[in-house]
Amino acid sequence: MSIINNINKAFDHRIRLGIMSILMVNEYADFNMLKELLGATDGNLASHTKALEKAEYISVEKQFIGRKPNTRYSTTKLGRTAFKKHIEALEKLINKQ
Amino acid sequence: MSNEDYLKDISEIKNLMNKSSRFISLSGLSGVLAGIYALIGAAFTYWLVINYSDGILYIFHGWVFWSSMSILLIVALLSVITGIILTTRKAKKNNEKIWDNSSRRLLFNFLIPLVVGGVYCIIILSQGRYGQTGGLMLIFYGLALVSASKYSIGDIKYLGYIEIVLGLIASYYPGFGFWLWILGFGIMHIVYGTWMHFKYDRKP
Repeated sequence: MSIINNINKAFDHRIRLGIMSILMVNEYADFNMLKELLGATDGNLASHTKALEKAEYISVEKQFIGRKPNTRYSTTKLGRTAFKKHIEALEKLINKQ
Repeated sequence: MSNEDYLKDISEIKNLMNKSSRFISLSGLSGVLAGIYALIGAAFTYWLVINYSDGILYIFHGWVFWSSMSILLIVALLSVITGIILTTRKAKKNNEKIWDNSSRRLLFNFLIPLVVGGVYCIIILSQGRYGQTGGLMLIFYGLALVSASKYSIGDIKYLGYIEIVLGLIASYYPGFGFWLWILGFGIMHIVYGTWMHFKYDRKP
């Protein structure tokens, strides 16, 4: 029962899982890097980053590089813990069978 | 979700982490030291050419040529050894593995332009076109940095751009090759290494 509880709904999507995976091993990643790595469209990626931002799992930093706006993402402490818990839950689920 | 879906999730996580991670333990200090070695080597070569050759900085003769080549080799070797030692130390501090996918990828992408450039320089030298080597070294080193920057601290690409521009100028004005080499390999390394050191190494 407790194992199932640890499966986090916020990560229950390929793109969201991907965003978190990339951000776990990088200090930060910008929008285009995520888009390239995940093969997602602008709108799709934006809605998923927004969802993760709402859950306070990632933080968003908007800045200008020259004149171009640049959005970069990084994980929050809460997000890292939640993601680790989610992975552990996945592992346990698989090992059980 | 079925078990298979979860397994797929996990393999995708692993794959993305692998693909996107960069090797960030490059030491800024090793850049500073490489710059200092380059300056010492260049000063020694300058002294040799002024005292034992005819004082023209892009036509070396006989043993002066061979000793300046040896100096170049020693400078390169010392820089590489210093780089490896300091980077290993920093990687340990960061809990980053020195030899994993990210560092392998970094080295591979750095070495392709560099080795091609090195071989090309040897060919040019064997044809006696000494004036071009300074520029070529700068250009290929710059390209190597730009290529490597995608797999490490992104900032090193700016150093790469600078080296490329200096190299192109040196190719056009071979007479300044020696001085541009000093600027590119000596001074730029020191400036950049210092900047990197304060930007990345000092962070807790």
